[in-house]
This record gives sequence, structure tokens and C-alpha cells, in this order.
Amino acid sequence: MTWDAEMTKMLVDGLRDTLYMVVFSTLFGYILGLPLGVLLAVSDRDGIRPRRVLYRVLDIVVNILRSVPFLILLILVIPLTKLLVGKSYGSTATIVPLTIAAAPFIARMVESSLKEVDHGVIEAAQSMGASNRTIILKVLIGEARTSLIVGVTIALGTILGYSAMAGVVGGGGLGDIAIRYGYYRYETGVMIVTVVILVLLVQILQVLGMMLARLTDRRKV
Amino acid sequence: MAFIEIEHLEKTFQSKSGDTEALRDVSFSIEKGEIFGVIGLSGAGKSTLVRCINLLERPTAGRVIIDGGDMMQLSDRELRARRRGIGMIFQHFNLLMQRSVLDNVCFPMEIAGLGKKEARQKAMTYLEQVELSDKARAYPAQLSGGQKQRVAIARVLASKPEILLCDEATSALDPQTTQSILQLLKHINEEYRITMIVITHEMRVVQQICDRVAVLEYGRIVESGRTREVFDAPKTEAAKRLIYTHEYTGVEDEGSGI
Repeated sequence: MTWDAEMTKMLVDGLRDTLYMVVFSTLFGYILGLPLGVLLAVSDRDGIRPRRVLYRVLDIVVNILRSVPFLILLILVIPLTKLLVGKSYGSTATIVPLTIAAAPFIARMVESSLKEVDHGVIEAAQSMGASNRTIILKVLIGEARTSLIVGVTIALGTILGYSAMAGVVGGGGLGDIAIRYGYYRYETGVMIVTVVILVLLVQILQVLGMMLARLTDRRKV
Repeated sequence: MAFIEIEHLEKTFQSKSGDTEALRDVSFSIEKGEIFGVIGLSGAGKSTLVRCINLLERPTAGRVIIDGGDMMQLSDRELRARRRGIGMIFQHFNLLMQRSVLDNVCFPMEIAGLGKKEARQKAMTYLEQVELSDKARAYPAQLSGGQKQRVAIARVLASKPEILLCDEATSALDPQTTQSILQLLKHINEEYRITMIVITHEMRVVQQICDRVAVLEYGRIVESGRTREVFDAPKTEAAKRLIYTHEYTGVEDEGSGI
């Protein structure tokens, strides 16, 4: 296959599909994972509202979900994907397994970010009569914001990697192109180009994420 | 009845390695407007004691009565409302590091549901009182220890407390800064008639600002009385140890005459 306009269009579409999957999966991943992470941080023994049983249950659920290999998850959730999206292939359908894979991983990162917040500051807020809600929103999330932004960056990168894997089952995007052309048709050139684009994407995400984290961090002089 | 009554307070921490009795039958009372010191070595239970007053720690037994009301009888909501009238400052300041100085001072007013604009205006006046209005836009990381404690004091003033709990508030500061913070606390006490409980292991803090003092050892109050009396004629070994250790180490006494 020669390099032509069609080829370029395919790659541009692939990039668009990849970004579409990654952005929405991360978004939905946070919609599920952020509250879950907050719940984990708050209900743990040293949290602001320890609930032993709740923590144990959530802890186990998150561990189970995280230990299912993504490729297997991809296939396991096909019925759910069909139910939600109407089909089991293509970029939109891939958002479902990506979100399910991302949420528990995001929850863990959120949990660990929130647990880094100095206990003294939480105590100060309690001494002022702050409710747990206020402490979660203004102290935990506010103080952990740098770490949370770093977490988003890591999540985007990881989900990007997963999205490429979804190409195996016709998931769309750059991973799909790399597998269809590079692997099934032995077109090494196409494969290399897609991989290079993926690498660049990760680099850009990483640089931007870290920049944002640094810009919003007031803890250093 | 005194303004603050602490009656037979007990606190036991349970852990797998056994129970720790942090407080044993602690009783004392404080009058309105008084500065009451609690001194003891580290591990004596001072921090636990002060946390039992605003119920950051729940006492195992005993009563905490403030202005006639039993703290332990309050519902969660009532307790939060009550805590707004009981300020607290800490050894490590505990400021919100991601917020500017001004927004730190606004925080208690946010909790009380005040509008942002009004809160900011008031915050500026509190910063003026602690002589830090020029640092309103700075972040805590850019301030010295003494300045951070001043921000914490401005933050406490913003909730207009009747009571101020000081948990080793000067222990992380050098002697000179300690002086200026103590002067500020004394000034606040006189100006607003805020009743203060000062937890410290430093004799000179007690000597300078406390009207009365209790000596805490192994979770018990072993001696208490007017500051002068306890200092001039300590009765117990624990009090003597605290006073004389201080003398031997030769920390600046500033003419305290012991």
C-alpha cells in the first residue's frame, strides 16, 4: 500500500477515534472512580468516617476488577456493551470496557492522592466545625489537587494503552489500524507510523499534565 | 459554675497491643477570659486533653461542660455549630497549603456560609490585626513559621471564638518569634476576652501568659494553681522537674526570677 491521501485520512480518523475513546473513557472512569476513591479514602481506618465493612467490601471489589486482564474484560462485558451501545465493536462500544477497566484503577489513584493530605489540616477543618462534605470537597480534594492532576495524566496514558489493545476486537482508533494493517497485512510501515503517533500522544499528554500539575501547585515557594 | 468545667475526664486508647490510658480522672475549671495553661512533658496526655475539649477525641468517661452545656450531649450538627465558637491553633499551623493566605482566613467563614465577597473583606481586617495584610495574596509555603502562625490566628479570629485552644502553638518557633506570638495571643485575650487553654511543654510560655496552670503527668493533673504560686513553690516532683530542667538548660528566662 502506498502512502496517499486515503492513508492520511485513515490515520487522522484513527487519531480522532482514539482521542474520542480515551477522553470519554477517562471522563466516565472519573465519574465512577472519583466517588469510589473518595469513599475508599473516607471509610478507611484513618479516614474521616471509618466504616470497616464498607471499606473491606469496596477494597475487594476494586481488587477483583483490577485483576481481570483487559483483553478478557473486553470480551466479558460484550453483553453489557450491546445493551448500552447497541453493538459490540467500534469506538463508541469500546468506551464501555475501557470505562470499566479505568474506574477501579482511577478509584485507587484518587484514594491514594486523598490519603496524602496532611491529617493536621483535616483536624483543623474539623475544629472549625466543617462537615465531612466540606472536608471532602474543600480540604481533601482541594489540598490533593496536584496529586489528582498527576493521576488524571497517568489515567489518560494508561487508557490510551488499553484503547490500542481494543483494536484486537475491532475497537477502532489507532490500535485497530496498527493491528489490521501492520499485523494482519504485514504492512510494517503503517504499524510503525501508528505506534509513533501513539508514543507522541503519550508524550504530549504527560508533558501537558505535568505542566498543569506544577502550575496549580502552591506548596512550593 | 465556671465557664469551662472539665469533670473526671478519662481517655483510654484501645489497640491490639493493649490499652493506653491517656487521661485519668482529669478535672479542672476555667473562668471566662482566663488563660489557662496545661504543661507537661511529651506523652503526658496534653494533646489528648485539648482534643477532648472540642471532642476531636471523644472522652471515654467524664464530662466537658462549656458555658453550662454538656459537649457530649450534642448531636453531630450541634457539635459542628458549637465548634465554630471554639478556635484551635496548632504546633504545625495546619494551614491549607493550596490556598492563599486570604483564602485560608476565609475558610471558617465559608464553613459558616458567608458570601465570598463579605468573607474576603472581613478576612482583610483579621489579617490587619495580625499585621499580615501585605501577605494576603501569598501562599503559606512562602511564609516563615511565625507568619504562618499569625495566619492561623487570623483564621481563628474569623470564626469569632469565645474559646481558643492552643496546642503547642509556639513549639515549632524560635524564641523571638515565640515572644511575638505570645504577645499577640495576650492581646487577643484582652481585646476580645477570649478564654484560652494553652498546652505547652515550655515553662516560659506558661510564665508569660497563663493566669493559672495545671501540671499534667502520665495523664493526671498532679498540681495546679496560680502560675506564680506553682512556679515559686512547686509542690510535686513533676512540677519541680519541669521548672528546674528549664533552668538547667538555660533557655532565655527574660527575668523570670526562678
